[in-house]
Amino acid sequence: MPEPTASKIPVTVLTGYLGAGKTTLLNRILSENHGKKYAVIVNEFGEIGIDNDLIIGADEEVFEMNNGCVCCTVRGDLVRILDGLMKRKGKFDAIIVETTGLADPAPVAQTFFVDEDVQANARLDAVVTVADAKWLSDRLKDAPEAKNQIAFADVIVLNKTDLVSKAELAEVEARIRGINPYAKLHRTERCQVKLSDVLERGAFDLDRILEIEPEFLEAGDGHDHDHHHHDHGHHHDHDHGHGHGGLKHYHDEDMQSLSLRSDKPLDANVFMPWLQNLVASEGQKILRSKGILSFRDDDDRYVFQGVHMMLEGDHQRTWKDGEKRESRLVFIGRELPEQLIRDGFAACVAA
Amino acid sequence: MTSFDPSQDQQSIVSVTDRVRPLTIGAPVTAVHFLGDKAAFVEAEENVAVVDGAGALSRVAVHSGAILSAVSDGKRLVMGGDDGKLTALDGNGEVTLLATDPKRRWIDTVALHPDGAVAWSAGKTAFVHSGKNEDKSFEVPSTVGGLAFAPKGMRLAIAHYNGVTLWFPNMAANAEVLEWAGSHLGVTFSPDNKFLVTTMHEPALHGWRLADQRHMRMTGYPGRVRSMSWVAGGKGLATSGADTVIVWPFASKDGPMGKEPAMLAPLQARVSVVACHPKQDILACGYSDGTVLMVRLADGAEILVRRNGSQPVAALGWNAKGTLLAFAAADGDGGLLEL
Repeated sequence: MPEPTASKIPVTVLTGYLGAGKTTLLNRILSENHGKKYAVIVNEFGEIGIDNDLIIGADEEVFEMNNGCVCCTVRGDLVRILDGLMKRKGKFDAIIVETTGLADPAPVAQTFFVDEDVQANARLDAVVTVADAKWLSDRLKDAPEAKNQIAFADVIVLNKTDLVSKAELAEVEARIRGINPYAKLHRTERCQVKLSDVLERGAFDLDRILEIEPEFLEAGDGHDHDHHHHDHGHHHDHDHGHGHGGLKHYHDEDMQSLSLRSDKPLDANVFMPWLQNLVASEGQKILRSKGILSFRDDDDRYVFQGVHMMLEGDHQRTWKDGEKRESRLVFIGRELPEQLIRDGFAACVAA
Repeated sequence: MTSFDPSQDQQSIVSVTDRVRPLTIGAPVTAVHFLGDKAAFVEAEENVAVVDGAGALSRVAVHSGAILSAVSDGKRLVMGGDDGKLTALDGNGEVTLLATDPKRRWIDTVALHPDGAVAWSAGKTAFVHSGKNEDKSFEVPSTVGGLAFAPKGMRLAIAHYNGVTLWFPNMAANAEVLEWAGSHLGVTFSPDNKFLVTTMHEPALHGWRLADQRHMRMTGYPGRVRSMSWVAGGKGLATSGADTVIVWPFASKDGPMGKEPAMLAPLQARVSVVACHPKQDILACGYSDGTVLMVRLADGAEILVRRNGSQPVAALGWNAKGTLLAFAAADGDGGLLEL
């Protein structure tokens, strides 16, 4: 019997490159007077200045599942620690998992997709990435880990904004948006962000994906942010920025987002196998995927989300009267095969 | 004139539910072990509830947080906690602090040797305390998933990622590594010391024949195997994880290689815990729907001990003589059956 989502403990994944300010944010979350108690899984003991018997040191132990899927990696230590923590259910309200600065967030997220016991007790709430306004642009050039963390994020805390000029801030924001236009972005000094902006986001909750983020998918479409102008034959040694209503835009060379939409109903019998094949064959490149779908002869909205090769989806609710029945999808990934995805999606439109 | 009671007629299973002494532990329970004829219910946090033959319950504080692991040899119960402590409880209700992790790391796993030696692990390090000797430790490449002493000699199996390390704490010789890709959690030696079996993160067991390290793959489970128990005399290994009790044959020198397991007591629920009778070819099994059955291995005949309709059965155990069976669901609703 699956437990209702409400009774599952929310888990926030806190990522960010070395020195971005993860520990500052963590200390804030733990010290602020919010009446909630957090269990925290940290990669380095002793950095947290707060005495809390629910701070657990972890070694990031990533292992491949024996299912023949090379990118199906999970955090074994997390499975073990969550199992132990569940014995203290009731003693805390939520869990925060801090990753190391060099970590890929995918194995953490995938742990919630594949592990039966983890799924029974906990739910992934959001991936929160702390970024250093001064150094992120440089890291995006030389550190693939930093780029992964931005691409994967549901929430980005752009920290240390007091150390950069307005122009530099606009520059780094544009670079972030070039990779991930869908994450909520908050500009902070010393991680002074409202805790409600980073915790209890429900970013992985199928029911809330599209309700709480009205700009989901809009951000890309509003100002034509898709990459069909992109010249893939030409190798750019430089980034090219160009203005859209005063806002700078960058196209990141290897990490992109792709948004698709159709106001014609899709054929579920074509779409489902197409999506499954797509993530099976290109899943290593696709970091995150989300969608809301309108199928022919189906009065219910279908929603899905995925991490690499793992997908979960469900009928969400009936389309409301007067609501535009439109299918919208988003992919964020590395070297996405754009034309292949666009053509495949176009073929899913019901004849 | 004939008369019959249709409900009687439909009842195809013998029931001893009316002979069970119900127990309310009053807290979540994760395991039960017997200390002599007293049932020691290990609570999820802090305490052990000790129940005597008359059903009187006394609660003993053993840890200041979650109790992560517990093993027993029938004389004492040894537990590791998230408070970094290793404690022991004996049949008189006396608690002894055996070790404290200097960094207050979780004590994830524990094991007991027949001669009284104790092993435990914190992170990647396994420790052994035996007699008056100084504590010894051994580090494996990744976090320890499980520990087990060999039934003979001083040899400790340490399960971790990608295999098991066999360590001889009293010998200078190098540890032996049995490799198999994946995360190994629980580990057990067969009572005849010929086989080693692990439960894995994925729904499977893996085994090795120790003489030649031949692999034994035991797969097909719908869910992770969390409970294993050797049939009296080591003829088979009963396991949870499916909607029947899966019993792998270990009577021959090849173990389960090339053989089908016995599948006993099928229900519309997942087996959550198994406990074989210490002397006879009988096992007790608990299910995710709260059912507890006793099953005869020879023919699969079932006896109902507890009805369904509650939380999953989390704890199940026999006393050494095999005259008492104790059980509890995850919420602490339990019982004691005298045979």
